[in-house]
Amino acid sequence: MEPRNALARLADVASHAMPLAERLRAIARRATDELKTRLLGRDFEQRTAILKERYLDLGGDPFGFDADTARHAAMVIAFFHRMYFRTEVFGIENVPAGRALLVANHSGQVPIDAAIVGSSMFFDANPPRVVRAMVDRWAATLPFVSAFFTRIGQVVGVPENARRLLEMGEVLLAFPEGIRGVSKPFDRRYQLEPFGLGFMRLAIETKTPIVPVAIIGAEEQYVSLGNIKWAARLLDIPVFPLVPQLFVPGAQMPLPTRYRVHFGEPMSFQGDPDDDDTVVAEKVWLVRQTISDMLRRGLSSRRSVFL
Amino acid sequence: MTDASDAGDDRAIVITGICGRLGRRLTRLLHREARVIGLDRRAFPDRPRDIEHHEIDLRSKRAQDIFRSGEVRALVHLGVMHNPRDSAEEHHAWNVVAFQHLLEYAERYKVPKVILLSSANVYGPRPDNAQFLHEEAPLLGAGPFSEIRDLVGLDMCAQSYLWRYPETEAVILRPSHILGTVHNAPSNYLRLKLVPTLLGFDPMMQVVHQDDVVWALRAALAPGVRGIFNIGGPPPVPLSRALQLLERSVLKVPHSVARVAVDRLFRWRVTDFPAPELDFIRYVCMVDDARARAVFGYRPQHALLETLRAVDEERWQ
Repeated sequence: MEPRNALARLADVASHAMPLAERLRAIARRATDELKTRLLGRDFEQRTAILKERYLDLGGDPFGFDADTARHAAMVIAFFHRMYFRTEVFGIENVPAGRALLVANHSGQVPIDAAIVGSSMFFDANPPRVVRAMVDRWAATLPFVSAFFTRIGQVVGVPENARRLLEMGEVLLAFPEGIRGVSKPFDRRYQLEPFGLGFMRLAIETKTPIVPVAIIGAEEQYVSLGNIKWAARLLDIPVFPLVPQLFVPGAQMPLPTRYRVHFGEPMSFQGDPDDDDTVVAEKVWLVRQTISDMLRRGLSSRRSVFL
Repeated sequence: MTDASDAGDDRAIVITGICGRLGRRLTRLLHREARVIGLDRRAFPDRPRDIEHHEIDLRSKRAQDIFRSGEVRALVHLGVMHNPRDSAEEHHAWNVVAFQHLLEYAERYKVPKVILLSSANVYGPRPDNAQFLHEEAPLLGAGPFSEIRDLVGLDMCAQSYLWRYPETEAVILRPSHILGTVHNAPSNYLRLKLVPTLLGFDPMMQVVHQDDVVWALRAALAPGVRGIFNIGGPPPVPLSRALQLLERSVLKVPHSVARVAVDRLFRWRVTDFPAPELDFIRYVCMVDDARARAVFGYRPQHALLETLRAVDEERWQ
């Protein structure tokens, strides 16, 4: 075949195929746009811009929050927030405009609940806020993890950092149950573990309102039958949950339960932050009881775990 | 703020390590308003005419004679040596022993003010550091990096002096990374053409312009200022952002590789950065300078970009 001939024929095919390809591309673009709007909402860019502007007068967030990285992270988490877990958010208007300490129940073997609270405050709160959680110290020693956590606004969990963030008027997320909460076996679901007292002292000292948060749906994402103590000891990790679904090939993702996040009314506490444990424990008990009630009410109004 | 020169007082300000770049800048600021005496092992050929310079070892007898006259109203100690190539003994002898001598003279001949320019490095970069360290934070800098024990020791010496002689106004300044024409590790690092960073780590960095530190030193000379002060700079930025602003090419290296490589290169005398110093580009080590702002009105005058670009200024200044 003459090369010239072949070229001519190719041009002929192209001229016919091009409009079709154009049309296909337009359809694809419309579909992705639609998906994007459904996932991220119409005001996604505005929301990112608000977070970007928030730290401008400080010359950038002193803890290293980066709106562009957060934007990308939000795009990923939006899939889980809107489609996979189909989160329902209640009472988010209860979160005050200034500093606030969100105190939530912790569950689900993998701390996805923190990410969901974070994305609720980004996608559903007006204006959007950055939720600052305290990450463990060892996370700061891990490459990529440390840089990523810093850029999405997470900080190393030392009291000075918490104090400074609250003084900056930020929203702080605390799980006073700690790791015991995350690794609860299935038979103890939605039963709160004992609360630590640190968050209360911090709230009293910085005069920060506490917003109780009840997270429903995380407990069922991984069903843990118990803790394999010898394996945890062997691997030198706090708990080794026995999750049968992890042994089924292809079922490592959490179950697509429906998340329901209830934000309660802010609670304010007065007193001396250095009070005796017993005095502080009474106030902590109030918060724990409130969250417990919210969980109970939320559970009784839930029709299905997955719907 | 009261004028640091405290006009009318014609007693001298003794500056050790005056021939260093910071010393020279401080001298230029002070020599018109106060009598300045320089102490350094090095010569100071282009010094202003009105300053008196002694080319001596701080431990020598002649150093004591300067204080004996009773004409000294302040001692500013900048003569801190940090050369990773020198031995620990040399460092100890020069930094700790010499400084102890100076403190002894200061106490014996009633010098009313002693200022030590320490560094925020004494806190050390650590994964569990608070984002902004207060002056009361423990000095853990020498933990993973025993070569800087003497710098921590120096700071401790000044601290004990501070508590032992309440009638003396002892001041310890702990600035974060000083940038400028100075030849310290952070400035040298940022001057590299190809800057190595650690893959997956991007800590927040706090830098301060050399002239802001000089300003703080002068402010600390004012009567009434006493204690330990952190000196921060413009708002901190991630290391990657700082390098981007300086338009440097970056080479990202995994930490395990970097540690071995830098260790080898240091031993082969290809680089002057010891491997433990890699922690400074791995973890945060930043300070809260609220106390300096409240007590002597410290405000960094140089913005971030200006501070960063100061490392590229004329070297001979």
